[in-house]
Amino acid sequence: MREIKYAEALREALAEEMRRDQRVFVYGEDVELGYAFTVCKGLIDEFGRERVFDTPICEQTIVGIAVGASMMGMRPVPEIQFCDLLPMCMDQICNSAAKLRYMSGGQVSLPLVVRSPAGKWGSFGAQHSQTLDAWFTHVPGLKVAVPATPYDAKGLLKTAIRDDSPVLFIERKLLYQIPGPVPEEEYLVPFGEARIHREGKDLTIVAVGRMVSEALKAAEQLEKEGVQATVLDPRTLVPLDTKAILDSVRQTHRVAIVEEGPKRAGVGGEIAALIAEEVVDELDAPIRRIAALDTPIPFSPVLENYVLPNDRKIVEAVRDLMSI
Amino acid sequence: MGKAAEISGDRFRVLYRKLMTIRRFEEKVDEFFRQGKVIGAVHTSVGQEAVAVGVAEALNENDLVIATHRGHGHCLMRGAELKPMMAELFGKATGLCKGKGGSMHIVDVKKGMLGAMGIVGAGMPIAAGVGLAIKMQKTGQVCACFFGDNSSNGGPFHESLNVSSLWKLPVVFVCENNLYGISVSAKKSTSVQDIAVRGKGYDIPGVVVDGMDVVAVYEAAREAVKRARSGKGPSLLECKTYRFLGHSRGDPPYGPYRTKEELDSWKKRDPRLLLIKQGGLTPEEVEQIDQEVSEAMEEAVRYAEESPLPDVRTALEHVYA
Repeated sequence: MREIKYAEALREALAEEMRRDQRVFVYGEDVELGYAFTVCKGLIDEFGRERVFDTPICEQTIVGIAVGASMMGMRPVPEIQFCDLLPMCMDQICNSAAKLRYMSGGQVSLPLVVRSPAGKWGSFGAQHSQTLDAWFTHVPGLKVAVPATPYDAKGLLKTAIRDDSPVLFIERKLLYQIPGPVPEEEYLVPFGEARIHREGKDLTIVAVGRMVSEALKAAEQLEKEGVQATVLDPRTLVPLDTKAILDSVRQTHRVAIVEEGPKRAGVGGEIAALIAEEVVDELDAPIRRIAALDTPIPFSPVLENYVLPNDRKIVEAVRDLMSI
Repeated sequence: MGKAAEISGDRFRVLYRKLMTIRRFEEKVDEFFRQGKVIGAVHTSVGQEAVAVGVAEALNENDLVIATHRGHGHCLMRGAELKPMMAELFGKATGLCKGKGGSMHIVDVKKGMLGAMGIVGAGMPIAAGVGLAIKMQKTGQVCACFFGDNSSNGGPFHESLNVSSLWKLPVVFVCENNLYGISVSAKKSTSVQDIAVRGKGYDIPGVVVDGMDVVAVYEAAREAVKRARSGKGPSLLECKTYRFLGHSRGDPPYGPYRTKEELDSWKKRDPRLLLIKQGGLTPEEVEQIDQEVSEAMEEAVRYAEESPLPDVRTALEHVYA
């Protein structure tokens, strides 16, 4: 199979959906040139400025425009350049997009997708390196997708654009230039269906976003040490494939959960609670969460690496977990 | 497209009926709130009806409206049916939003009323999005976006005016300046006396309008709608008005932050009395319309009271599409 980069896979998804459906349009800060992370680069050549356009720097209005346009039957796909800017849009995301369908008793639907990159970029500091997946996962009315590979990036984005509910599509900066196999022919990746990257009998590592590749590296190291790990990526946090997670835990009886966001009230906490509520008797050891420390993301590389999770920290946590 | 520039004799009676529909609705809402039957946060627009009625008169049937938390009038002027609207405020299954929206979040999409926004200022970016969709779909519609005076001090106002002007979106921004953001006088919150001047900063017309005068509002709105529909972009109308009742939930009409003298001086310019005078309505005509509106309101209240409460399972519906 051919290999393309994560950013290219996203661009293909946008282009295919724009060709398929005239109602789809993309806009945001610097999207005409695809300047920030190259996802939108070149789209303007095929679709013109009517469907690919720059906006002023006004994040809450960028999302507000998506709310209004989607209620009118359009399918807007705004880009928010860094997920750290999503707090600027929280009113429109949480109070408008997530609630207008519900509050109207189903009179309107809001088929919009807010794309935004999260996580480490490398010494971009506390205001450009956050991972806020948990914020959106917490709000009823939103769907949340976090692709970890080029294949999933393309398939999930196409599904997101076709979904009639608002979707927060949280990408990862460090993944944009990573290649991976993506078929030439069209495909979709359904929401709410986890992907099991590898299967092992000794424990389940649930990993989200960029932490999937870190978990896979850790699993290779652990294999050398005689530990067989399953690596499971939920791919969408809302809806969450609870069955896949619980089934895996029933087989392995040990679980570690890895995310790039801070540990406190994070995605890992939610998944751990789910496991504890449903299958606590299956566990042979406590659940381990490997996440960022509960600090802002620091600037200096030595500090940044200290705060963020990685393959080495996963290996250490699993060694400890297996010794129980 | 477009209505006659002049409002004729018969039309005055239609407008008067609309104005009285809003007023009687609000009075009923206030009455039943005090009885505990209308629940939650309730913001009435008695005194401000001329803004809703005048703007509605300038719109076509397929035009669109984004409203505020004080949005009963905006919804009624679009022709929302009284019964489901009242039932919504009673939290009943037969409500416009099936009892899931309530007073602050009323929506009637069939009537082009896309939503009252419970968050101050949130409607303006959404209206820009509606305007953008209209432009892309080339339907020739216009979106009227209502907002209060104090929302013009927040970011969404400025962002939305900028982008709407930049892209020449078919939006009419209608500021209902009732001089107070809850208890805070505009003198304490707003750097300009006339919010309309803020249009200058975005290169769009800003017009001060007598918000107690249906005809004045209609005339200003007609120009703004014409400009929007012809692709020239948005306008900012500032309608100076006054709410005759408190902010919400039994807040008194005067006392804590407004004086009786101020209230009385505005009541002398009651939009109802002004419209009767302008239209030359006879006492008999007025009485007949008032009577008919009151009867319709009694029916709506009866319907709301007799309607069933929602099945609790419906709480789980409409979270996702």
